[in-house]
Amino acid sequence: MTKIKTLDDLRKLRDSLRTDMNIRENSEHPDRVVQIRVAMATCGISSGAKETMDFFVSELKKRQINAVVTQTGCMSYCYAEPTVEVILPGQQPVVFGHVDPVKADEIIESYIKKGELIDGIIPVNHKEVEQDNRRI
Amino acid sequence: MAIIKYDILVCGGTGCRASESHRLVENLNKELILHNLEKEVKVVTTGCFGFCEKGPIVKIIPDNTFYTQVSPWDANEIIEEHIIKGRKIERLLYVDPTSQLGIDDSKHMDFYKKQLRIALRNCGFINPENIGESIARNGYAALAKALEHMGPETVIDEIKRSGLRGRGGGGFPTGLKWEIARNNVSDIKYVVCNADEGDPGAFMDRSILEGDPHAVLEAMAICGYCIGANHGLIYIRAEYPLAIKRLRIAIEQAREFGLLGENILDSGFSFDVELRYGAGAFVCGEETALIHSMEGKRGEPTVKPPFPAEKGYRNKPTNVNNVETFANIPVILLKGAEWFSSIGTEKSKGTKVFALAGKINNVGLIEVPMGTTLREVIFDIGGGIKGGKKFKGVQTGGPSGGCLTEKHIDIPIDFDNLIAAGSMMGSGGLIVMDEDDCMVAMSKFFLEFTVEESCGKCAPCRIGNKRLHEILHRITEGKSSRAELDTLKNLCMVIKDTSLCGLGQTSPNPILSTMENFLEEYNDHVDNHKCVAGRCKSLLRYYIDREECVGCTACARVCPVNAIVGEKKQLHAINQQICIKCGACVDKCKFNAIILS
Repeated sequence: MTKIKTLDDLRKLRDSLRTDMNIRENSEHPDRVVQIRVAMATCGISSGAKETMDFFVSELKKRQINAVVTQTGCMSYCYAEPTVEVILPGQQPVVFGHVDPVKADEIIESYIKKGELIDGIIPVNHKEVEQDNRRI
Repeated sequence: MAIIKYDILVCGGTGCRASESHRLVENLNKELILHNLEKEVKVVTTGCFGFCEKGPIVKIIPDNTFYTQVSPWDANEIIEEHIIKGRKIERLLYVDPTSQLGIDDSKHMDFYKKQLRIALRNCGFINPENIGESIARNGYAALAKALEHMGPETVIDEIKRSGLRGRGGGGFPTGLKWEIARNNVSDIKYVVCNADEGDPGAFMDRSILEGDPHAVLEAMAICGYCIGANHGLIYIRAEYPLAIKRLRIAIEQAREFGLLGENILDSGFSFDVELRYGAGAFVCGEETALIHSMEGKRGEPTVKPPFPAEKGYRNKPTNVNNVETFANIPVILLKGAEWFSSIGTEKSKGTKVFALAGKINNVGLIEVPMGTTLREVIFDIGGGIKGGKKFKGVQTGGPSGGCLTEKHIDIPIDFDNLIAAGSMMGSGGLIVMDEDDCMVAMSKFFLEFTVEESCGKCAPCRIGNKRLHEILHRITEGKSSRAELDTLKNLCMVIKDTSLCGLGQTSPNPILSTMENFLEEYNDHVDNHKCVAGRCKSLLRYYIDREECVGCTACARVCPVNAIVGEKKQLHAINQQICIKCGACVDKCKFNAIILS
């Protein structure tokens, strides 16, 4: 290890080390960053949710977008797997269906970066589904 | 490319390690390899999360799932259920005591909601054995800022304006302490970190050193730069092997990165840190005794002045600060004095770490802004009294502090308010007592501690405390008198006024404050030979209820001293002269015939 000589060196080192810590930093304040939940029940996984999740994790890191990517259980939209819920800071959650890596790329570029809504949104507001549903 | 999707944080503090958290880490890593997940999931051993009551703690990032009391054998389930299937493991979740529901996100736990973590900012977040994680969290940035942009005077001014006061118990303004040390001219000066944490039930310094050793090293270097010292010494008790190990690793790594050693960051300033081990004497937390101990002499205090800032280690100017004080310094320099002084009360700024112990639901380590009330600390964060019992008192400041009661529970905690209430901040130990605790017995416990720990140099402390302990012993035996209570009080005052150092000057505090708040309990012991809490065994009597006893002889057979007599199927009786009050008969009797009064 070469010794650190200036404050700038230290800052550069800090920034390079920070990417590994981002997962922890972001999860301290999930509401301040983009939150993505991938439905990873059996049906989701068999439709390719794992590839979708991998894509989100690696691409968001590559494109330097602060995000928390987590997995959830079945979201009950089995016809549209893999399903992904995206929450932009301070906004209502939006659920996208049939998210393969191509779709995921579109979600990142259009919805997450620019806030533009794109095709493939599961139309029923997911809160209403939760309310109308009686799960016993 | 490795895509890390999960960090599994496992507490590696002394408490959780004692419950085999290190084996859990091993098992988690084995499971990850077994499932080919080692590139997607990282297991990180961190410092203390503070929630020691329910250790070992595991936190899954990024979903903040907080698992408690995880055993090494739960590793397989965590990987297969949580990581692979995304299903939280209900039985390991923290259960909220009021709603009885499992809480899946640590952010929603009452224990953490009211906390503000400054000194503990990295504890339970970073791997203390990896300097990279510390640097990623702005470690050593304050040192670099001080060296490159601020200069010693500006730093001292910043600390002074922040209002930071010594966290070891004294509450002396830290900036002023540094300024005095700086103004004393000498070729060699020393920075000493006091890690001789001796209060029963206090473990904040240990947790900081175990969880974030770099913060302390960085602050010591900043202090050295300000006062003109190139040598740092950490006086740490040898009973803290894990803290010592992590400090050694941290010092080694900091040297490797050029953040300790010769010519730090090319500034021309050199600073290095060494460890000195204490043998666990309470008095060595007093700074002059600590310095003598470091010099290889007996750990005995000397009269101040001269203060260590003039003549300390090897007769050179020495600045002694506590671990928690140091841990606050880097944040103050990075975020500014205004930010720090906006937290807390008028004369006590910032936060304080408290170790919750005793009859409280959430035993552990917490950090709250100064000015938080005891009620918030004990009932909101601490989760209230164990077993739904009634709160009786709380000992603050360890054996040097006092006992506060129900009537003090709403005062905002800070240095001055606690002194006004007849106690003190001390290092931040809070020992909570419930209705089953006897205040006389509690005072006796603390006096036993001070008698044991007195260095014996001055007569008031050496002889006086012994006499205090004897009087208290007589009270708990029911062999004392009202007149002796007066003697007790007078002797307390004399010891306070005439002892050489802080140990003796404060040792009568537990007695004085309990006599102030619970005088009726003392009187009850003396006049009626009665201990309401049922703690003082000598005052208890076991007897057999005539109505209930069936003469089964079970009690007589279990009595270790044969104090119970009686024929088969006849009423039994206890010979009070022989009875040692062990209570074995009560446990054995199936008819609840043995009564305690």
